[in-house]
Amino acid sequence: MLIKRAEDLTEADVTPYDVYRERRRFMQSGLAGAAALAMPWLARANITLGKITPGPFGTDEDKTPLKDVTTYNNFYEFGTSKADPAIRSGSLVTDPWTVTVSGECDKPGSVDLHDILKAHPLQERIDRLRCVEGWSMVIPWVGFPLADFIKGFQPNANAKYVEFETLNDKAQMPGLRRRVLDWPYTEGLRMDEAMHPLALLAVGLYGEPLPIQNGAPIRLVVPWKYGFKSIKSIVKVRFRETQPISAWQKAAPSEYGFYSNVNPKVDHPRWSQRRERRIGEFAKRKTLMFNGYAEQVASLYSGMDLKKNF
Amino acid sequence: MPVALIKSLVFALCLLPGVLLGWQFYQDQLGANPIEAITHNTGEWTLRLLLITLVMTPLKRLTGWYWPIRLRRMLGLFAFFYACLHLSTYLWLDQFFDWPEIWLDILDRPFITVGMLAFVLLLPLAVTSNRYAIKKLGRNWKRLHRLAYIVPVLGVLHFWWLVKADVLEPAIYALLLGALLFARLPERKRLGKAKTSPQAAG
Ligand code: HEM
Repeated sequence: MLIKRAEDLTEADVTPYDVYRERRRFMQSGLAGAAALAMPWLARANITLGKITPGPFGTDEDKTPLKDVTTYNNFYEFGTSKADPAIRSGSLVTDPWTVTVSGECDKPGSVDLHDILKAHPLQERIDRLRCVEGWSMVIPWVGFPLADFIKGFQPNANAKYVEFETLNDKAQMPGLRRRVLDWPYTEGLRMDEAMHPLALLAVGLYGEPLPIQNGAPIRLVVPWKYGFKSIKSIVKVRFRETQPISAWQKAAPSEYGFYSNVNPKVDHPRWSQRRERRIGEFAKRKTLMFNGYAEQVASLYSGMDLKKNF
Repeated sequence: MPVALIKSLVFALCLLPGVLLGWQFYQDQLGANPIEAITHNTGEWTLRLLLITLVMTPLKRLTGWYWPIRLRRMLGLFAFFYACLHLSTYLWLDQFFDWPEIWLDILDRPFITVGMLAFVLLLPLAVTSNRYAIKKLGRNWKRLHRLAYIVPVLGVLHFWWLVKADVLEPAIYALLLGALLFARLPERKRLGKAKTSPQAAG
């Protein structure tokens, strides 16, 4: 019985999304365990997602199949090959999980993930994700606006930037044993970017809790910036007066800037950014300014030289 | 084992990665980004075969066997074969013959520039890998074929420049290549260097 149900779940990769969501309603957390046995690459955060409503924004483009979304990942804490995170992330413990908020704010503190989930109604948003390496996906995220999370800690007037940090635990993340980047992984946003309604804190995808390789249990989604800005498995948030330096900036300052907005006119030294390959497609497509979200976010950068502030 | 048999065996072995790749492609087993997988696979086999070609002379010297020398040409040509697959993958599957984009890539991306240079230098080697050319070129043939040392150096550089942060793999190739090139120095030079090195003396 158990095995049969687990097989049902594998079909999810190829099932139309609506049917898939419908089926999801009947699933219990015990089933997720069975699924983990049937699909070892799909260990998920140990949380229950409540009611999910369709959020604003998003695209109606074809979604990238779950199998591709969960087996082709850049998550160097579990290894530098795209296949590593799916294979080597089983050791991450996502429950209990606390996010510690500090810096320029009136109500700093640590919050448990379950409490975060209780405080914020979940929405679904289908976003394009554009990697700096020249490929892209369309992913149905489940999450809530980063702004709602931030407001709870009451950042003060000095809070010009917000910095995020990924868990840094060698015992749980085998990729940390090699110093490929200057761990922990950090990222940052300008305060107005962070407060923009397009910036999402995601806890799920395809209607289910985040698989570990996708940044469980809680990650950032900033769809108008290159993928590496959307930091995974967040444990710390800091409000700062000065601009933080991200892990990739530290590794190669001439290649990765603080803003890293998707911009077909500013090339990376290794990759032309004029075009991208949508995973699952053959021919490349043109890359859009701000990854197609110019209407929403272009005003954040009016008057700025985006070649200089890459 | 007769040399002819060894040759057939190595021929089959050299074809294997290509056959396997074709099969995996046909079976849709190359993951989310098959074009990238093919590019990486053919690139790595080009580099591996370039290095394996360089193993033959030291191997002969070490063992006294003559057959490694008889394999050299075939191995080199297989390296060229995989380089052709690698380049075609880039030109066709990856760029879809978008010549302006390809030209800009060659000019703007150092790793493509170096890769292209390596391929261009490999061409005359492939073209002159026959008895007629050896006879015709005489002493110059040997000179020309010293490019077989330069091409893998460019190949390693190409690999080094294309990885984002993790240089472990190109570093391993660089070490192997370094050892192979060192092994080719005449014995006199290798020893001489060790003797005059101050660290070694201290
Ligand atoms: C003798 C010549 C060459 C050798 C030995 C070589 C070798 C390699 C190697 C080892 C890789 C990396 C594989 C991996 O990451 O696992 C690679 C990747 C690549 N090569 Fe080459 N290559 C050569 C020529 C070329 C040429 C002529 C081009 C195109 C004009 C080219 C384009 C590429 C591209 C686009 C990648 C993938 C880059 C990425 O993933 O970002 N290579 N090559």
